[in-house]
Amino acid sequence: MRKTGVRRSPPIILTLLLALMITATENAPDARAADATSRANAFQLANGMQVIVIPDRRAPVVTHMVWYRVGAADEPKGASGIAHFLEHLMFKSTEKIAIGEFSKIVARMGGQDNAFTSQDATAYFQRIAKDRLANVMAMEADRMANLRLTEKEVLTERDVILEERRSRVDNSPGSILTEQMDAALYYSHPYGTPVIGWSHEISQLDQKDAIDFYKLFYAPNNAILVVAGDVTVDEVKRLAEETYGKVPANNGMKIKRERPLEPPHLVPRRLQLNDPRAGRASFHRFYHAPSYVTAKPGEAEALDLLMKILASGSTSRLYKKLVVEKKLASSAGGWFYGDGYDSGKLSVYAVANDGVGLEAVEAETDALIAEIAAGGVTEAELKRAKNSLTAQFIYGLDSQATMARRYGWAVVVGQSVADVDSWPDDINKVTAEQVKEAAAKQLDLRQSVTGYLIPQALPSAANRTDGATSPSKG
Amino acid sequence: MSNSLAFAIKSRSQRLTSAGMLALVTLVILFSSMRPGNAMDIKQVKSPGGIEAWLVESRQVPLLALRFAFTGGSSQDPADKSGVAHFLSGMLDEGAGDLDAAEFQERMEDIAMRMKFDDSRDTFYGTVQTLTKNRDAAMELLKLALTKPRFDEDAIDRVRRQLLASLAYEAKSPDRLAARKWFETAFKDHAYGTSPRGTEASLRQIGSAELEAFRKKNFAKSNLKIVAVGDITEAELGKLLDDVFGDLPEKAQLEEVAETKPARGGRLEVVEMDVPQSVAVFGMGGLKRKDPDFLAAFVLNHIIGGGGFSAILMEEVREKRGLAYSVYSYLNPMDHSAIYMGSVATKNDAIAESLDIIRSELMKIAEEGVTEENLKNAKSYLSGSYALRFDTNSKIASQLLGILVEDMGIEYVKDRNALIEALSVDDLKRAATRFLTPEDLIVVVVGKPKGLAPKG
Repeated sequence: MRKTGVRRSPPIILTLLLALMITATENAPDARAADATSRANAFQLANGMQVIVIPDRRAPVVTHMVWYRVGAADEPKGASGIAHFLEHLMFKSTEKIAIGEFSKIVARMGGQDNAFTSQDATAYFQRIAKDRLANVMAMEADRMANLRLTEKEVLTERDVILEERRSRVDNSPGSILTEQMDAALYYSHPYGTPVIGWSHEISQLDQKDAIDFYKLFYAPNNAILVVAGDVTVDEVKRLAEETYGKVPANNGMKIKRERPLEPPHLVPRRLQLNDPRAGRASFHRFYHAPSYVTAKPGEAEALDLLMKILASGSTSRLYKKLVVEKKLASSAGGWFYGDGYDSGKLSVYAVANDGVGLEAVEAETDALIAEIAAGGVTEAELKRAKNSLTAQFIYGLDSQATMARRYGWAVVVGQSVADVDSWPDDINKVTAEQVKEAAAKQLDLRQSVTGYLIPQALPSAANRTDGATSPSKG
Repeated sequence: MSNSLAFAIKSRSQRLTSAGMLALVTLVILFSSMRPGNAMDIKQVKSPGGIEAWLVESRQVPLLALRFAFTGGSSQDPADKSGVAHFLSGMLDEGAGDLDAAEFQERMEDIAMRMKFDDSRDTFYGTVQTLTKNRDAAMELLKLALTKPRFDEDAIDRVRRQLLASLAYEAKSPDRLAARKWFETAFKDHAYGTSPRGTEASLRQIGSAELEAFRKKNFAKSNLKIVAVGDITEAELGKLLDDVFGDLPEKAQLEEVAETKPARGGRLEVVEMDVPQSVAVFGMGGLKRKDPDFLAAFVLNHIIGGGGFSAILMEEVREKRGLAYSVYSYLNPMDHSAIYMGSVATKNDAIAESLDIIRSELMKIAEEGVTEENLKNAKSYLSGSYALRFDTNSKIASQLLGILVEDMGIEYVKDRNALIEALSVDDLKRAATRFLTPEDLIVVVVGKPKGLAPKG
């Protein structure tokens, strides 16, 4: 379960937040952990806003998040990046908050704030002393309805986002290849468009695009409030009614997400990026897959276990074969991304050792995949994988911020608190036969994109990758 | 697609290395600025065998976080074999005792144990997290890793290939290359100028003899600091300490590291790379952690470039002009030197403008100091947010270990906010005169910058 997103804040702040990105799942080996799994309390305000409260009284601080059921995949065609752009602009001003003051006010209260955008969700959060919770709830409720923008700040922020794109993507061959592979993985669905947007489309976004998007999607009946930390359910309920409860629902809002669905994938696709800025040659493979909300019962859990056994970590089959035994790769890995609203994704990669061709790496990987699809996994492998995945949930209990994200990510794509709580049991129920079936069904080349990253330039100039200035060549 | 995914794809070892590097930067920042708000009970525990540790009991979650440090770090690498400490940090879970690498890692996974080692220039860190029910088994593995690592030939070769791949990536990564070059430029004839990650040539010369020699000299009781946080009693911890660390030698054999300062007089180095955005790393001397003006310098940095969207550099470079997504600075107090550094990334034809703005803001602050309002805002953030650093077992362990390594004393957690509140604008001004000398800025730019002329 890997989360993806683009964030507002620069890396030095991100480092402080990396620890919060852990996602996990749960087993209940003893009473205390069992208590903790049922700590999430869900209810709804009269205007339709969902609320989840996760008390954790160990430290006098809270994590306050508002999640909107909107992401990059909900953007109008041709306006890629507007969801993320709006997320940045939400920090500008309202009638009550002067331009650029939002984060400064939070900081003066001793709080930290940030936001992130993914394909399916946009979330804003503050971490702050518990006695300031009411203040940040009031501020967040205010900007849910009263955002104010000026042309100049919109244009300046657009430049910031173009720099963000250069940092994240254009300066990095690995990111460029990933972006291109995603574009190839989806024929029709907007998941093929990068969250941050294509440069040429970002460059055309303006104030009107941002406000239109805001009015279409930002309202309490399209939002989820998550509060974790030193609070009681009653306290949050009262504060939520006093703040978010006063924001009227937008009954004209198009809440149902209707995105173009993928047609059947009938042909494997292959891409090769030659870029002298790549350190080493690497092999990448994506497969189209269902997600937790689209899969049949048990299917997504089986994919989590499959990818754990096949590719995740140094005990995986892929690492043992490619890195340890055959010495074809210096590293290798893979995962299942199961948190999408419309679909999920399987991913496998390997970085070739010096002098090893990617064809050999790919052939060995495909042999392993064929083997697991035909022969399945052993009971010992399955047990270890279950153990490892369910333990992650317990580690997550240590962090209120992790808990807030765990429930927020699930609920924003349509899962329930109960779905999150039952995840470890669901994992433990998966049989070896189900894992084998999942492998045979999903590790199908016709539903895949294969990418080669080669650290040598092609002789011609047609391979330039500075897509920031010339999208047609990107 | 998102950065986290793209980044994770590149290479596992790469990703871990980068994360480790970032974590170290973060540690420095956090350690130097802590203080929680509530009454957290820190016990000083001494095992029957005489090993000391700090303990915070927290029984709500069935987990234990153990974090420890051996002072030393990569500055203890042999002069001709840089990268030994870093190499070692990747080797300790590659087989120990009777378990080969695969058996060791499968065992770790069977008990859902998390174990990680990191090196900085001055310190070798270890972190272990375990579920209460598997604690004994986890501690057995930790003890094996510290005292009986196998250093099997094929494991060494494998980790070396990962480290070489990481170096190859670093050589093409603008931000990592800029940081590496900055240290080389600032500390020309000192161990600090050598990258902790070594060079291709040095990594090829490191084998089991070098790893074992480093381990024997550096892993000892005399330079060991330990913090435990979580589901464990004082008595249980005492026994654990003796079991895990009791067999280590009493005294570390550390090489003397000379005191040093970054080169002065200012430098601009440009490393040409065909990327659309130039990355600049800039810096100069800073103040050491025990310097009486350190906290004033720390608050000053918060105002200049450490305070996210409240910081002056962020306001001037990003918010007003849209020149960068990321611009920041931080103090890095080391054991034998101290630096103040920062970074900015801007498209090639405007990086010169970003650097001009940064330079002129630094000059302005060096001359005029900061305002009462700047200081007031910084104080309210720094003291108000201190408790956020203590809201998980793992974070508490990191914070306390930082205080232990920096030798600030157990009272520091309690006193820190008052120390910050007591600072005046004049204190910050005095601190500024002691390190903020923009004419000494060493700037390394990687990219194809326009309008920048190398000098020096």
